[in-house]
Amino acid sequence: MRLVLERRNEQSVAVAVLSPLLAVVLTLVTGAVLFAVLGKPPLEALRIYFLDPLTEPWALQEMAVKATPLVFIAVGLSLCYLANAWNIGAEGQFLIGAVAGGGIAVATHGTGAGPWVLPAMLLVGAAAGALYALIPAFCKVRFGASEILVSLMLVYVAELVLDYLVRGPWRDPKGYNFPTTAPFDPVAVMPTFSEASRLHFGSVLALLVVIGAAVVLRSTLKGFEIRLVGAAPKAARFAGFDDKALVLVTFAISGALAGFAGVVEVSATVGHLQPGISPGYGFTAIIVAFLGRLNPVGILIAALFLALTFIGGEGAQISLKVPLDVTKVFQGILLFYVLACDTLILYRFRVMPAHPKAAHAA
Amino acid sequence: MDEAPTGEPPAPLLEAIEISKAFGDFLANDRISLAIRPREIHALLGENGAGKSTLVKIFYGLLQPSAGELRYQGRPIELRNPAQARALGIGMVFQHFSLFEQLTVAENVALGLDRATPLAGLPERVAEVSRAYGLALEPHRAVWRLSVGERQRIEIVRCLLQDPKLLILDEPTSVLTPPEVEQLFRTLRVLREEGRAILYISHKLDEVRALCDTATILRAGKVVATCDPRAESAQSLARMMVGGEVGAVRADSARTGGAPRLAVRGLTLAPDDPHGVRLDDIHLEVAGGEIVGIAGVAGNGQDELFGALSGERHARRADAIRIDGRDAGLLSITERRRLGAAFVPDERLGHATAPRFSLSENALISGHAASDMVRRGFIDRARMLAWVDRISEAYDVRKSRRDPEAFSLSGGNLQKYVVGREILREPGLLVVSQPTWGVDAGAAAAIRQALIDLARRGAAILVISQDLDELFEIADRLVVISGGRLSAPRLKRHADRSEIGLLMAGVGMRPRREGAHAARA
Repeated sequence: MRLVLERRNEQSVAVAVLSPLLAVVLTLVTGAVLFAVLGKPPLEALRIYFLDPLTEPWALQEMAVKATPLVFIAVGLSLCYLANAWNIGAEGQFLIGAVAGGGIAVATHGTGAGPWVLPAMLLVGAAAGALYALIPAFCKVRFGASEILVSLMLVYVAELVLDYLVRGPWRDPKGYNFPTTAPFDPVAVMPTFSEASRLHFGSVLALLVVIGAAVVLRSTLKGFEIRLVGAAPKAARFAGFDDKALVLVTFAISGALAGFAGVVEVSATVGHLQPGISPGYGFTAIIVAFLGRLNPVGILIAALFLALTFIGGEGAQISLKVPLDVTKVFQGILLFYVLACDTLILYRFRVMPAHPKAAHAA
Repeated sequence: MDEAPTGEPPAPLLEAIEISKAFGDFLANDRISLAIRPREIHALLGENGAGKSTLVKIFYGLLQPSAGELRYQGRPIELRNPAQARALGIGMVFQHFSLFEQLTVAENVALGLDRATPLAGLPERVAEVSRAYGLALEPHRAVWRLSVGERQRIEIVRCLLQDPKLLILDEPTSVLTPPEVEQLFRTLRVLREEGRAILYISHKLDEVRALCDTATILRAGKVVATCDPRAESAQSLARMMVGGEVGAVRADSARTGGAPRLAVRGLTLAPDDPHGVRLDDIHLEVAGGEIVGIAGVAGNGQDELFGALSGERHARRADAIRIDGRDAGLLSITERRRLGAAFVPDERLGHATAPRFSLSENALISGHAASDMVRRGFIDRARMLAWVDRISEAYDVRKSRRDPEAFSLSGGNLQKYVVGREILREPGLLVVSQPTWGVDAGAAAAIRQALIDLARRGAAILVISQDLDELFEIADRLVVISGGRLSAPRLKRHADRSEIGLLMAGVGMRPRREGAHAARA
């Protein structure tokens, strides 16, 4: 008996859908083993992580709130990844978007500025994210620099910029010396659905982005171009598509969406600027993009699932006394399984009947 | 190596008994039996996809048979890997070489040898073997400076250093010029006289008849005949190979004699990559109704010329390339398509098509430039599907369902699809590279006929091909490309094969113009 990995003649649509589910199941099994090794009851731990949040209305809302930035960022990243452009620095673009958009809120603080403030913040945040993402894209196109390294390193630059501003020029004089800006004025805050709720209109915009991306990818020539450049670069050149221009375009779009997510996040849920406005959304979104099979609708589902791990992680920290980092371990394991399971879309396992020597007379 | 007594045929060196090999549900080899004897050049004849490569990979230990037995010098053997085969005295020269461009000849030979071989004095032994067998090679030259023929000699020398009893050559002449082919044949005959066995894989009937003592003919994975090729005619061998008559292509020129639809004037272009070929002052005209063939050995600038004509790379001046009288040298491939040009590159999967995209999406690759498949940036899937249907019907593209992935089609069917995709757009100019490479005889005839019919309707056609027979069959005029330069065109009826062969080897090309580099580099 041998197990042989065999190339499929056509991609399996069924496996394309099943592969992320298989990855989730494998992650849960591995997680159970992990908890058992940590000395925690595995099943109860999984229940606290993945089921308890689903039973409480506030937690469901919180899932949507946490999924919102993930959806924005991951949809943008999926366009890059489909086009074979590797933007790893969405976290930095998120922060720069938050800083640029939040800067308007800081500048207009207490001036009684009108309702134009929030739209201006959103636009400026998106534009700043796009420009920030264009730095690695330009370096790649012009100098052949690795966009992976450049975009990743710019994350740390963005973190330091935010850190400097909230500790220095933008610090709230009435903030008891905490590194934070003054709270945003009401005109700079994203409206929520009700007084008590944290669910805000940014989530609706995220849904619109999902629909928009789905239409672009499926039904437009630009979407075809993005998919073709990534899947078959030579064929794309033969089709007359400019792969360098596309690197710039996809980086700009994904940077804009990440910057938009950043400004939505500070405006809707944080309410001011401070270090640590992102629990790593820009990196988690990479997992979301792949778990969602680089498909907008898949990304929506994957973002909700990853949001669940954030919330479950908080719950587990309280009731099981496991470190919050376990959540990151989960997310890492999940990414590995997703990438491994993707092999099955193009290949299949086949059990071979023993070694062929059995058929020999010898 | 002198065990063969005269008269009696010597005992088989390698014997295959009822060998079968299945890939999934596909039976590539179906109960194949054959015997290869010492002092014999044994041809393995068959069309592409007949199962030749699979069989020799089994002989060389690269694949294991699903059923059946191999015997070597009368004893049953099992080959788990090529090292085992080499240890037994089986050597193989592949169609695609595995050489490191930056290393020298001797270094490449060393890398291919088994670990036990002493490396000291290797360059001397390389030189010695190459002299002894007429395989001119300089051990210390870097591979990237060598011609394809010289590269093949490295592979042969690498095998000979191991003193093989059986040498397997997979389509060795597909990359050689006629003089190089002659030299190879002389070497192979010397090897035979030394008592070695040679398994010679080919689909070129004339070669097999000139060189081989025995021929085993495969069709669809089965042995259909074993014969003495010298006693057969090319036609009878072809019939056995194809399993029926191969229709001849009707060719007659419909040259309109008007203004050229494609005019290339003074096209000079440095290569993109360091090992590419520089196009040097190319002049060429193709009129409506005419098929011009560009002959040449692979790697002499064909890829670069195709890229420059298609617009995948821009020329340096707008008027270096004119399509239907309009300057096109600086236009993109999309803009050239809008001028009525169409292109078929030689690489079916990955260049002409995206392997994992459906046929309808692959129709969009060239179709988005000038067709009704795209409106205001939105793609019309119904119309794309209609194109697939039209192409499939017009060119008999056989597929498992209406719109499968390009990857799932056989080579011949995909090539018919790719050529059909461009011809159905009724282009005024078609540039096609290797139109029938690796395609079965039936599909090849259909494609050649389609090209001729398109020319009759007034289109200008430029065919870049390494297959001289093909060019003599369909082209009105012939040009040879060598080292990035074009020879003067010759009318086919005045062209002479041996002269073309010399031109392909670079003999008699006009000298490189001094100062051309400085002026345009």
